[in-house]
Amino acid sequence: MAKFDEMEYYKQAELLNIDYDQVPDSDWMDTPVDFRPGTFIYPGKPARLEYLDLPNAREWSVLEEDWKLQDNWKQIVLEGMAERLTKYRSFKLFMDVCVRCGACADKCHFYIGSADPKNMPVLRAELLRSIYRKEFTMVGKVLGKIAGARELTIDVIKEWFYYFFQCTECRRCSVFCPYGIDTAEITMMGRELLGLLGLYVNWIIEPCANCFRTGNHLGIQPHALKDIFEDLCDDIKTATGIEIDPPFNKKGADILFVTPSGDFFAEPGIFTCMGYLILFHELGLNYTWSTYASEGGNFGLFTSHEMIKRLNAKMYMEAERLGVKWILGGECGHMWRVINQYMDTMNGPADFLEVPKSPITGTVFENAKSTKMVHIMEFVSDLIKHKKLKLDPSRNDHINVTFHDSCNPARGMGIIEEPRYVLKNICNNFYEMPENTIREQTFCCGGGAGLGTDENMEMRLRGGLPRGAAVRYVQEQFNVNQLACMCAIDRATLVTVCNYWAPGVEVTGISELLANAMVLKGENDRKLNLRLEEIPGK
Amino acid sequence: MKVIIGLIAVSVLFLAGYGLSGAAPYLFGVIIPYAAFALFLAGFVYRVLAWAKVPVPFRITTTCGGHKTHDWLPRSKYDNPSNAVETFIRMLLEVLCFRSLLKNTKTQPGDDNKPVYATEIFLWLGAIVFHYSMLVVLLRHIRLFVQPTPAFVTMIERADGFFQVGVPVFYLTSFGLIAGLVYLLARRLFNPQVRYISLLNDYFPLFLLLGIGISGFWLRYISKADVIAIKELATGLVTFTPSAAILSSISPLFFGHLFLVCVLLMYFPFSKLMHIAGVFLSPTRNMANNNRAVRHINPWNYPVKLHTYEEYEEEFGELMKAVGLPVEKE
Repeated sequence: MAKFDEMEYYKQAELLNIDYDQVPDSDWMDTPVDFRPGTFIYPGKPARLEYLDLPNAREWSVLEEDWKLQDNWKQIVLEGMAERLTKYRSFKLFMDVCVRCGACADKCHFYIGSADPKNMPVLRAELLRSIYRKEFTMVGKVLGKIAGARELTIDVIKEWFYYFFQCTECRRCSVFCPYGIDTAEITMMGRELLGLLGLYVNWIIEPCANCFRTGNHLGIQPHALKDIFEDLCDDIKTATGIEIDPPFNKKGADILFVTPSGDFFAEPGIFTCMGYLILFHELGLNYTWSTYASEGGNFGLFTSHEMIKRLNAKMYMEAERLGVKWILGGECGHMWRVINQYMDTMNGPADFLEVPKSPITGTVFENAKSTKMVHIMEFVSDLIKHKKLKLDPSRNDHINVTFHDSCNPARGMGIIEEPRYVLKNICNNFYEMPENTIREQTFCCGGGAGLGTDENMEMRLRGGLPRGAAVRYVQEQFNVNQLACMCAIDRATLVTVCNYWAPGVEVTGISELLANAMVLKGENDRKLNLRLEEIPGK
Repeated sequence: MKVIIGLIAVSVLFLAGYGLSGAAPYLFGVIIPYAAFALFLAGFVYRVLAWAKVPVPFRITTTCGGHKTHDWLPRSKYDNPSNAVETFIRMLLEVLCFRSLLKNTKTQPGDDNKPVYATEIFLWLGAIVFHYSMLVVLLRHIRLFVQPTPAFVTMIERADGFFQVGVPVFYLTSFGLIAGLVYLLARRLFNPQVRYISLLNDYFPLFLLLGIGISGFWLRYISKADVIAIKELATGLVTFTPSAAILSSISPLFFGHLFLVCVLLMYFPFSKLMHIAGVFLSPTRNMANNNRAVRHINPWNYPVKLHTYEEYEEEFGELMKAVGLPVEKE
């Protein structure tokens, strides 16, 4: 008998029993939160909070009545709001200008999968906005509930906890909003305020603590990381006949390579990592991995702006210590939002680095001249354009591939064309999903922003429905059997989404497909792919 | 409930202007309009300054379409701008064409109740019809305040009255304004999701604008208000020489209309209607996506507690040495 944290527990027919036109009889302010297992995430463990010097570290349980908040919790939250209203124009403006036109309402994957009105982006923001009106506006103070204002109570805090950890900060709603109101900003503020009360979820705060200490979210210590890479290189040897001895913490390397630690651990992420290793080896790149900066991702983005900065700082510090010229970044989603929109502002300027220049093609990456960090797909697409890679896409002929734009690269950066260019050069059978589900309209995997844990399985499956249904569509239409993505969280969460909504579709990183298609100097007969499966017809 | 309160509030306000102006014409014709306009101006400026003085710590552009990268790859200049000019055009398209609303889709249950996405253009259409009608109606009102009537106002009137129906000439926007508002109101009332999220703050301005639109329509086409007298009052107000004598010759219906306009002006700065200014300040729209090329400065950036390499090697140095990883302290 399956449990609530296993996908078999959920019947498709039940999850699909959705009626968007059916709203609760009670006003949303009077509708209590239903904390049912499978739809919320367990609290952060006190040791993790303590390691990061975060407030109110204690044991507590979501399902218990008493959440053990500080005595002056209300004051803490209101002061926290007041402070943020003077520091972030986004926050203040987004509190003020919403006209509740509802354009965002049915754009959220969690709303589409659950029909819970509080998962409409507009209501998610109203959860905070109602308190803002009551405490910070005259109209709200005078008119109260009828003007959408309400008292800050413990139940409001619990509602925040439920719904701000039911938003993956994917920004899809922001594309459709006529004022660009970005629920990711609202959720980030909401989570920061909850953080002041010590209300973190363990699936986020443990990776943060790990990353702070060991350099990566998974808590892999340096010697263990080296072990992992030895295993990966053994598999590469078996698949390709090539022997690789990857450089670590190498001073004087030209390039520091940083990728999410999800690629060091578990399938299919590790195949992407093997792809990087093969690519760099084949190019003869003078680069290095770092054990100290062994994380590209940044769960700080799901915690607080301060935590983003604390975790991100390692990249530049390590680049400076090792004396590299520039930084190359792997396939990751939220990592690239941080690098594109936060890193240079928070931890720059990186004067000690040079404007990135490909040592293979001589291309200067002018678009990264300040941050000095280049995306692996920018790097690879340039290599392919200059015909610096010998490719045999027929090795991927048994694969009908589609591409999932990850939220942050799509809507927080715009790296949309590069992966497609690369995919079309390494696979002969590439099919797009329906246009309302790709590019800037792409749907989240349902487990981004630190929500991809099994105890949250019901919401992951519900939130994964729009993506899963689009994958199922191309599976039925074009026999698509692989879903490529450039995000480590996707590679972890979409496996479940595909198994549930489109069984038979496997998840892959682009670098895995790239390495499978690359013709290497001194390679063997290449009968096996990086998964050590036989390649049909080879 | 919210709907009824909104409707009643606007009705009462209209009746106040309609019924009480006879007893206190100077109050309703001169004092309240001045007070309302002053409050509008001061409130508007205050609100914009309140936003503007809050810093924008990060450049958080919402990007749509490809960024600026290799020259040989396609990119979306106006959905993912890389410089000030492209950003300006993005803003222009947003403010003038409601471009984001134009992208709107409707999620519907398809096969097996799985979601499918249909184009949904009516919200955009209703919004465009209302806003542009409102703009033209406002511009047409300039005729009442300025003597002689500026040429551009006459031109607008000619275009607006293109169909030449009846006397006085029927303006398309008189209809458009009311039709747009009725659509937006109906959508709020009959779309279950939108109804669920709606507040008094949403119904009240709709009813208020409808009240203004309908009373204005009535004044122009049905009761055929005394435009000469109204113009004398209006020009007197804008030249700060209001004529008390003229007030008694103006119909109460006009005062009902005028009072609702005054209420709108006073309510405006404290309401969601400020989106007209807010849209220009939205950080996800009004900044270029060029963070990696041009560093954005956060004025309150502060040092945070870090875990340095030295601390890291302190903890893991021996383990690193054991597997041959290079370290700083041998």
